[in-house]
Amino acid sequence: MDTMRERFASVTSRLLDEDPRLAVVLAEIGTDGFAAAARRHPDRVLNVGIREQLLVGVGGGLALAGMRPVLHTFASFLVERPFEQIKLDLGHQDAGAVLVSAYGSYDWPAGGQTHMAPGDVALLDTLDGWTVHVPGHPDEAGTLLRHAVAAGDDKVYVRLSQQSNAVGMPDTGAGFLTVREGAAGVVVAVGPLLDDVLAATEGLDVTVLYATTVRPFDGAALRAAVGAGRAADVVLVEPYLAGTSTAYANDALADVPHRVLGLGTARRELRRYGTVPEHLRAHGLDPASLRERIAAFTGARAGTRAAA
Amino acid sequence: MTTTTSAPQRSPAGYADLPHLMGLMTGDEKHGPAATSTLDALWVLYDRVLRVTPATAEAADRDRFLLSKGHGPMAYYAVLAAKGFLPADWLPGFGAYDSPLGHHPDRTLLPGVEIGSGSLGHGLPLAVGTALGLRARGLYGRPGQDPRVWVLVGDAELDEGSNHEAIAYAGAAGLDSLHTVVIDNSSATHALPGGIAARFEAAGWSTATVDGHDHEALYAAFTAPHPGRARAVVARVTPAYA
Repeated sequence: MDTMRERFASVTSRLLDEDPRLAVVLAEIGTDGFAAAARRHPDRVLNVGIREQLLVGVGGGLALAGMRPVLHTFASFLVERPFEQIKLDLGHQDAGAVLVSAYGSYDWPAGGQTHMAPGDVALLDTLDGWTVHVPGHPDEAGTLLRHAVAAGDDKVYVRLSQQSNAVGMPDTGAGFLTVREGAAGVVVAVGPLLDDVLAATEGLDVTVLYATTVRPFDGAALRAAVGAGRAADVVLVEPYLAGTSTAYANDALADVPHRVLGLGTARRELRRYGTVPEHLRAHGLDPASLRERIAAFTGARAGTRAAA
Repeated sequence: MTTTTSAPQRSPAGYADLPHLMGLMTGDEKHGPAATSTLDALWVLYDRVLRVTPATAEAADRDRFLLSKGHGPMAYYAVLAAKGFLPADWLPGFGAYDSPLGHHPDRTLLPGVEIGSGSLGHGLPLAVGTALGLRARGLYGRPGQDPRVWVLVGDAELDEGSNHEAIAYAGAAGLDSLHTVVIDNSSATHALPGGIAARFEAAGWSTATVDGHDHEALYAAFTAPHPGRARAVVARVTPAYA
């Protein structure tokens, strides 16, 4: 199986052949995957060098000239470093683009803090009108990239991960997918954490919703899942900063008493290298830690699953 | 009855009308130097160089002018009003809640305005992207189809590093549809005399440095051929804050 980044290059290279409006802008990262496409479309595959302010500014200019730009680099250098360019060169200009990131959170633990941006989705939440896709499998990444490119002049962020679930889930458009139903609470698993959440909740009487599009947040699906159960206890499990979507869940449940536990990566800087499984354990996102925290919060225990 | 009540209404006006149009925004106050430093370059561009009119303000192959130095936009608004892009009767509302004319321009509120600006260092990267986009669409480089992109920056604005990302890339890419006008009123801190043109030249741009109030010199610098190279014109004006 190829990685999400490899799928991004192959799918987007094909889209470049199909859509003359599409342009890809890179800042040195990811150029190998687009080498063949750059030979076919030298005016629409652009590498600006290690210049991330220019990366986003060029994206805004391309959009103003009528193109559909796709911008790619690591999340730290795509969202954090040129954040004002995202705010002004896209948002304020009323210009659209597809931003595709890699290495968002703990994807390259040995790379350390300089190559991690677990606050990327929270930062985009300070701006208006961003769609955020978090695929959990390369197949989902391909589907969501196609949706993103086809979304008119919308502003879309696609967060690719090294971590992947074993199998891709069906395309639900922007809505959450009900993977498992239970009565003691609702767990929303985002993108590549689905497999860990399913393992963690095995035998627990909880509903599991799967989200690959977190903005807009499918509050209707969450409200419906809560309404069907006896307890409005909600756990969000996100592969980025803990609590990023907590306010969205609270808004969706404004008309019903509820509690929300937001799980994700810790704000505290780990200052550890190592591997993805080690970082998942450190953030309490491995199956055993998740099971303990979800069971403690919801009161769901193995064997209490409703007879129905 | 006075002679000052006949404000131009959409009908094209001349250079001599610009002080009156600016006065509609500023009242009797003296025009700010940041605004007047750009007035001559803006006038020569809109009067003799840019191939865009109110009728072609949305045309795909129009020339684009991006005001990056978005503070002190009265001269810009006055020129747009003189050329009929904006009705002159909008000008007295300058800065008011229900006016589209802000102290920094917003492209979504104003006809003929290509970018919203105010935060320094955004126009040149946007201009690079616009030039690349016009080329990718096949609108530039064909005979008779060569929309050009112009961006106006201030000398102190060049302190912002984002400009240098754009200058380096556009020079190396040989973006000859791209034109940068630098209004040099010696306002940059830590500036090296002569350093502006030298920086563009080092990146492979074609450059000229001229008197920013001399219309013929500006016109000649704006229209000189520069095949295969981006063009920078440094317009020297009176130091704003001595």
